Amino acid sequence: MEYFIELLFSGLTRGSIYALIALGYTMVYGIIGLINFAHGEMYMIGAFTALIVSTVLSIYGLPLPAILILTALAAAVWAGAYGFTVERLAYRPLRNSPRLTPLISAIGMSIFLQNYVLLAQTADFQPFPALIPEFAFLEPYAAIIGATDLAILIVSALVMIALTLGIKCTRIGKAMRATAQDRKMALLVGINVDRIISLTFVVGSALAAIGGLLIASHIGQTNVFIGFIAGIKAFTAAVLGGIGSIPGAVLGSFVLGLTEAFATGYVSSDYEDVFAFSLLVLILIFRPAGLLGKATVEKV
Amino acid sequence: MRATKFFHILTALALVMGWVGTAVGAATIKIGVAGAHSGDLASYGLPTLKAAQLVVKDVNAKGGVNGTPLELLVEDDVCKPEIATNTATKLVSAGVKAVIGHICSGATKAALPIYRDAKVLVISPSATTPSLTQSGDYPNFYRTIAADNTQARTLVDFAVGTLKVQKIAVLHDKGDYGKGLAEYAKTFIEQSGQAEVVLFEGITPGAVDYSAVVQKIKRSGAEAVLFGGYHPEASKIVGQMRQKRLTTLFVSDDGVKDDTFIKVAGKDAEGVYATGPADVSANPITKAYRERYKKAEGTDPGAFFDNAVAATLALTNAMVKAGSAEPEAVAQALRGNEVATPFGNIKFDAKGEPVGIGFTIYQVRNGQFVQVH
Repeated sequence: MEYFIELLFSGLTRGSIYALIALGYTMVYGIIGLINFAHGEMYMIGAFTALIVSTVLSIYGLPLPAILILTALAAAVWAGAYGFTVERLAYRPLRNSPRLTPLISAIGMSIFLQNYVLLAQTADFQPFPALIPEFAFLEPYAAIIGATDLAILIVSALVMIALTLGIKCTRIGKAMRATAQDRKMALLVGINVDRIISLTFVVGSALAAIGGLLIASHIGQTNVFIGFIAGIKAFTAAVLGGIGSIPGAVLGSFVLGLTEAFATGYVSSDYEDVFAFSLLVLILIFRPAGLLGKATVEKV
Repeated sequence: MRATKFFHILTALALVMGWVGTAVGAATIKIGVAGAHSGDLASYGLPTLKAAQLVVKDVNAKGGVNGTPLELLVEDDVCKPEIATNTATKLVSAGVKAVIGHICSGATKAALPIYRDAKVLVISPSATTPSLTQSGDYPNFYRTIAADNTQARTLVDFAVGTLKVQKIAVLHDKGDYGKGLAEYAKTFIEQSGQAEVVLFEGITPGAVDYSAVVQKIKRSGAEAVLFGGYHPEASKIVGQMRQKRLTTLFVSDDGVKDDTFIKVAGKDAEGVYATGPADVSANPITKAYRERYKKAEGTDPGAFFDNAVAATLALTNAMVKAGSAEPEAVAQALRGNEVATPFGNIKFDAKGEPVGIGFTIYQVRNGQFVQVH
């Protein structure tokens, strides 16, 4: 039983890590129907920005909570700026092209960003400071859940709630939904569609950057290639949950994380990915739109 | 076109004259040097050629073997098995008594039966495939480099013999290097009879979290984790083990014996054991040969240079000790006598593996790898 609980928490940690990245994926997809393959790079850029900013701040001797907040802000703003620029340069000019064109552009952007950071920074693995302190009250449970695990769980829950509410209840959220439903119609009723799409990218990238910060401090290292595998897994989770659906991304992430943890725990970690992707195939056979996705009829 | 043809004729002529030369000058002991001297892998083979030339020059200056000078016959196999068989046939028919080479394991394996049938001793500075010696098929084969599974052997001997752990979790990163090492380690642990493998798992490199595997290690009750793979995964696993307050020992390979590991894993790296080749740069023999190479070539010696010096020294020393170049006498001398080489004193075991060339154990202490074994 104890082992089961330990694995459960491993799965939840993994799931919430995937969720942090999957949320941005699914949001962008939900609004403009583009699979943003450069999203994993935003996560990597967030981690790098956090590394640089926190190193500089700790030289000035700021207290840890202040460093954490300022670093998170800086990473979110910086990655948001990247998201904005990437959308302007790589996706907006292709807005009315066939669907495959922006997809290729996204892959190109991903490769470009990886290599750009590699050249501008380093190809080496970098140690990442423990920005989240060890909490004394967690010490008795340290074997099950750590401070970063808890922080990641809480942050991804908060982000999910904020996004759901924001999209449901605010004016901008309403404009986002309108853009998602019918871009031309949204334009006709006076919504600045370009601005809404830019905003979607900025928010998605900022989320990925926060994810980058938390996950890098969870595993204690970062590298220019971390975005790739994390991006693939988060994308899988988003598809599993129903791409475009925000609660779906979180659900899909947890299902994926728990499957991997239990597969590792009770079978073998050799087959971790086999289980994860078999599950994806099974779910897509029975629910082609994903767990919480709505089956949409393609407008012709 | 015409120019190339002309060159071909010249080369052919030179070759013929070369053969005639060797046929006439019978009063030498012939040693073959075979390996890649051109093509993609020439950088693996050329340092060996230079090393053999340097050592043989010294031996001849001291009067050779019983007054007979040594002569090197050089053949290029470009590291290709199909060419290596030709190379071997050529050397055998030229009457070599021993061969330094070949360089690549594949080429060596292809050539060995030919040498075995002709009773020619072969000593390779670089062929690491374990079966070359350990299968027992080639009693004429020796090497002056640690076999691929030596590292696993060193790790297991250390864990079982020195650390005295009885339950070992063997993990690997599913890659050629890591998985190969882990499989050898598993076999050796089982053969030792003093410890058991309580867990054997491949992890996914690049994953964002290894806590499930860490929980599994905890549940297995392992006293030590033996990891085959590279430092990025090692530092993540060690980090997460310590996060989960698991104090299990961590033993790994030379993919982890890298300063980046210490930099990234930080305080979690403390106490981790890793294998690595012993540092030989302070050995006077190593220094002397490296300097002579540098003087002659203007660059630092490349791959396997020290191993090739060791191979040639071992061979010529055995010939001098035996007082002849007859393979049986030389083989006995190779096994029975220690010889001073760039790696210190070495000799060969019954299978032809070098005793004295291999890996040592390092431990991270105060942010540095310190040799402990």
